[in-house]
Amino acid sequence: MKEKPDTLEQAVLTEYKYGFVTDIDTDVIAKGLSENTIRLISSKKNEPEWMLDWRLKAYNHWLKLEEPKWSNVKYPIINYQDIIYYAAPKPKKQLNSLDEADPELLATFEKLGISLNEQKRLTGVAVDVVMDSVSIATSFKEQLSEIGVIFCSISEAIQLHPELVKKYLGSVVPMTDNYFAALNSAVFTDGSFCFIPKGVRCPMELSTYFRINTENAGQFERTLIIAEDESYVSYLEGCTAPMRDENQLHAAVVELVAHTKAEIKYSTVQNWYPGDKNGLGGIYNFVTKRGMCKGDHSKISWTQVETGSAITWKYPSVILKGDHSIGEFYSVAFTNNHQQADTGTKMIHLGKNTRSRIVSKGISAGHSQNSYRGLVRASKQATNARNYSQCDSLLLGDKCGAHTFPYIEVKNKTAIVEHEATTSKIGEDQLFYCKQRGIDAETAVALIVNGFAKEVMNQLPMEFAVEAQKLLAISMEGSVG
Amino acid sequence: MNNITYFKDQFEQLQEANPKGTIADLRKHGFDAFTKDGVPTYRDEDWKYTNVSSLFDKEYQMAENSEITLTDVNAIRLPGYKQANELVFLNGRFIPNLSTIRSGSTDLIVLPLEEAAKGEYKDIVAAHLNQSSNYLNDGIHALNTSFIDGGVFVHVLKGKEPEHPVYCYHILDARQNPALAQPRSLILVDESSKLQLTESYTTLGTEDSFNNQVIEVVVKENAYMEYYKIQNDAANANQVSSTHIRQIGRSYVHTVTITLNGGIVRNNMNLVLDAAGNETHLYGLYLLKGKSHADNHTLIDNLKPNCFSNQLYKGIADDTSTAVFNGRIMVQPDAQKTNAYQSNKNILLSENATINTKPQLEIFADDVKCSHGCTIGQLDEEAMFYLKARGIPKESAEVLLLQAFAADIVDQIKPEPLRSYVSKLIYEHLAIQ
Repeated sequence: MKEKPDTLEQAVLTEYKYGFVTDIDTDVIAKGLSENTIRLISSKKNEPEWMLDWRLKAYNHWLKLEEPKWSNVKYPIINYQDIIYYAAPKPKKQLNSLDEADPELLATFEKLGISLNEQKRLTGVAVDVVMDSVSIATSFKEQLSEIGVIFCSISEAIQLHPELVKKYLGSVVPMTDNYFAALNSAVFTDGSFCFIPKGVRCPMELSTYFRINTENAGQFERTLIIAEDESYVSYLEGCTAPMRDENQLHAAVVELVAHTKAEIKYSTVQNWYPGDKNGLGGIYNFVTKRGMCKGDHSKISWTQVETGSAITWKYPSVILKGDHSIGEFYSVAFTNNHQQADTGTKMIHLGKNTRSRIVSKGISAGHSQNSYRGLVRASKQATNARNYSQCDSLLLGDKCGAHTFPYIEVKNKTAIVEHEATTSKIGEDQLFYCKQRGIDAETAVALIVNGFAKEVMNQLPMEFAVEAQKLLAISMEGSVG
Repeated sequence: MNNITYFKDQFEQLQEANPKGTIADLRKHGFDAFTKDGVPTYRDEDWKYTNVSSLFDKEYQMAENSEITLTDVNAIRLPGYKQANELVFLNGRFIPNLSTIRSGSTDLIVLPLEEAAKGEYKDIVAAHLNQSSNYLNDGIHALNTSFIDGGVFVHVLKGKEPEHPVYCYHILDARQNPALAQPRSLILVDESSKLQLTESYTTLGTEDSFNNQVIEVVVKENAYMEYYKIQNDAANANQVSSTHIRQIGRSYVHTVTITLNGGIVRNNMNLVLDAAGNETHLYGLYLLKGKSHADNHTLIDNLKPNCFSNQLYKGIADDTSTAVFNGRIMVQPDAQKTNAYQSNKNILLSENATINTKPQLEIFADDVKCSHGCTIGQLDEEAMFYLKARGIPKESAEVLLLQAFAADIVDQIKPEPLRSYVSKLIYEHLAIQ
């Protein structure tokens, strides 16, 4: 694999493609976190009293908590007073269509390859764009509202649909859940809100695009998706950040609620800035994602492709409360250079005949550390619970690490739980086979890795899958040899 | 916890009586660590599923005014004892006059640990005793270290293959008071030698007992070792049993742990593969009934290249019992070409039993093949149907299938007398509902 040192060297030096800063006026508040910061955020967003109370309650709880230390990642101590908690691009007026958006901003997204216009035309995806902390534009809102689907930013939802927000916010991830969830509950600035009424099958893929732009800004977005009885929604989330030397914090909370016979499919392609090849900079991605299969026969499916972030720490989980409910988790986590990923899922079986399936593929290269951490719990009342988990790790290079920490707790005698995990490097015979057919080492590795991740990629919506595959190829550049 | 004061008094007395030497220093070290860390709680990741601190509510007595006779020993001898070296421990102390050493001193040396630490084995003891604390750095292990007293040192001499296996009988005297024993042993399996070691545990009387054992084994180049642990004690007999085996030369180790009865039983089985080309096989079986709680923690730390390890742990949990398995495989950066396999299979028989399992892989080298798998399930319905269709009553069919499930592990007990003994124990254990 060492026959082309020059090109490999070049490839190693391939820079983060999305590392550009958009020069837009930003409304930024001073660094630091205190009750006043929260009051300021709340007032800037013109929030009702109950919302502010909720935030303050979360903040006071957060003060009592200690930062968790159990994960398999290492990072310098975060100074929570050195973060900007609110940064909104100016002018902050309500936009009805993309045409009204800042052209500079639109250019940003074009650079990202997620041209809203294009997507709008070609795929009919409704996109809610969140830059730094504030939702910029939501496309296709009108078409969606005709069938009763509410898709807007969470700040808007707080203004327009307070009863829904009040009812569901914090119902799956309570503000007391963990350190980062409490922090997010206190300072979240925006995010998406999505409500699918009874019996509606959302006609298009809903999508959010997150981008951290301001230096030293933390992004704390909050997503809430509610699928009423017999409804269906597929939701996509994409993330990027410009290149920065400092580490930026991203602590999001995503809550999903699926009622009887509803189905939510949540896909993420996360490509935050991973830091340079010496491990400098990059996003700290500490996310709490959880779905609740509240009604019988409901289904929640998480699919994630994680290629970015200096540190990824997230466990999209499903609470299988309704009988016959189904939880799924498909993940590809790729780490290169000095990236660290500690990711996995939790499947909590509470209802009868609940099923869950976990497929996790970890790929580590460079000096990175990649961990799968998962919990499968079949509680006493979860008769006939069924779980199958598969975690495979692929190691590209001798400086990286791959780890698996599955927790399995079963209290029901009718439950069947299976877990299997393997770790290996790319097979020499597979490489040989490709090389023999004139495919160079790098392409061959890309081919094999793509095959390795295919089971997960297949779960992604079509246009996302193509992007994810490209992303994987970019992230992998320079990791062979 | 009034035990703390008790431990402090006992520790001070012990230090006063034997204030100098390697062991006294280690004890001091251990007690400092114990005072600092205390007893682990469920907040400690390694003790998440096993509440060992509840054991410390009792007021234990350590080895006071206890005497046993040869009759007591006769009652608990393992089959094949006539051909074995038998080491008897009472409340954690090695009792030479009840023990029988059949091998000649050119093959096998058995010495009280204190004696070994002073005489010609001084350097060996200093080099190897308490190496386990690098891996087991919790309060429980430190407590054992604080009371290293009356332990044993066993040395299989270079190039020797003693024909007599070593049996260790751990007897806890809980006839008057709750008994606490903290046996400590150091075993050295020298170059090109062979050792077969079996441990069993018995509590006398009806009071609670708590055996906090640490056994450290050093296996050198070309050596071969088999290790069997048979736990079939009373329902109120608790145990934290740490076996720390270091393979410092290219060698072969084969261990089988059988847990049938007991209160809270925690087994730490650590294998440190500190030489290229080591081979290790770990097997375990836990068949739990009543309120038993068995927790098997295994750790295989691959430090050097080309090591092979295989683990198979199987368990059945009935009634309100809890079974825990935590298998950890670590592959350090130097340990290229490691092959490590692990499998854990469980059957849940009752509504109120619990199984927690956590296989862990931590891999820092790339050229490795590692896998783990675990399952939790029930008896195969088709197999049950097959047997019932042939007129075998449900209960017998169940026992038959469970026996077959256990057989994978029982077959790994190589010496015949022990294998049939365990197999009989298992049959009785399963057949009595």
